[in-house]
Amino acid sequence: MYNGGKIIVGIIVFVLLATFPFYSNIGKVSAKPEIKLDTPFIQQLPESERKCVESKEYMKAEHMALLNEWRDSAIRNSKREYINSEGKMFSISLQNTCMKCHSNKKEFCDKCHNYAAVKPYCWTCHIEPKEKEL
Amino acid sequence: MSMNRRQFLKIAGLSSLGIGAGWILSKPGDFLEAAQYLQAGQTLQAKQWAMVIDTRKFKTEEDYKKVIDACHRAHNVPDFGNPKDEVKWIWTDKFKHAFPGQESNYMFESLQSVPFLLLCNHCENPPCVRVCPTKATFKRKDGITMQDLHRCIGCRYCMAGCPYGARSFNYRDPRPFIKEPNPEYPTRMIGVVEKCTFCDERLAKGLMPACVDASNGALIFGDIKDPDSDVRKILQTNYTIRRKAELGTQPSVYYILDIPTSISGGDING
Repeated sequence: MYNGGKIIVGIIVFVLLATFPFYSNIGKVSAKPEIKLDTPFIQQLPESERKCVESKEYMKAEHMALLNEWRDSAIRNSKREYINSEGKMFSISLQNTCMKCHSNKKEFCDKCHNYAAVKPYCWTCHIEPKEKEL
Repeated sequence: MSMNRRQFLKIAGLSSLGIGAGWILSKPGDFLEAAQYLQAGQTLQAKQWAMVIDTRKFKTEEDYKKVIDACHRAHNVPDFGNPKDEVKWIWTDKFKHAFPGQESNYMFESLQSVPFLLLCNHCENPPCVRVCPTKATFKRKDGITMQDLHRCIGCRYCMAGCPYGARSFNYRDPRPFIKEPNPEYPTRMIGVVEKCTFCDERLAKGLMPACVDASNGALIFGDIKDPDSDVRKILQTNYTIRRKAELGTQPSVYYILDIPTSISGGDING
């Protein structure tokens, strides 16, 4: 093999660089995102009313699918009311329903989205609630 | 590589198992069976929404501004301050531009100089819908030519298709150019086309469009397919024209012109 030494050194350097993120993080646990639900609006609600449109577990896992359905329902089918599995009605609106309670986008949406490195593009058009700069 | 019958069957069997597993993994998300989507009870219903613009009731600059501002403020329409980038849902132009082919140099002064209120015509046969490659713009059951901006790819075919110039492209990020954002309505982003939606969000709440509310009766809104509707009653008693009706798009915005009373049988000075 011509220049065998250089090639082998090159391969080792490349492998070390490419796997750097893995071995440098071995054993480290990054903190689980803690989302905050204590917005003023939610705190005002009586205990029995403090529920999202669906169960917590469902919202955690499927909120993106639900938002997609809401979007298509409101715009394409002109159906702007959502009756949840408990029979309660919610008006379909990201800005006026979801964010009315979850007025803390930074502590609610962004916390998990940043952790999972996803960048939903809701906010290029939808106006996020005003928050005090930290 | 050679393969005997036995090896082939092994691989084929494993592959079909794999396909089966793939099907199980791709089962649609966990949908809630009990949940339902409904139209709000107070939603105003129609077969084809239409508008009559009574141009006789627009007297001053302020009358137009009031209507335009009501719309643009409610829908977060940006003001870039230059005509090249302009985004507009409802605007004004001269007779010769609004109704080309019907103008003449000897027409009475009032029609030549006066501005006309223009907006999306919500055609019964909209060319913008026909050309949209993603079905981002589509015809609703109530006749509104709606847009799903989530789907708009900014190709601007609809702008080329619309004979009325009712569509505007966001060449720039509109956010910094919205003076007082309405937190209840979304904005748009750079690279999408927008236009009037006949205030579908207000109709869903049982309200009239924002421009109609602000017009003091100069704009009349209703179902053109309902013989008892306000718009039909007005069309029965007034001569109205539509923009470029000869193109066959069936525009749904009608104009009552301000014709000197001598023509309609009254006093020449009237």
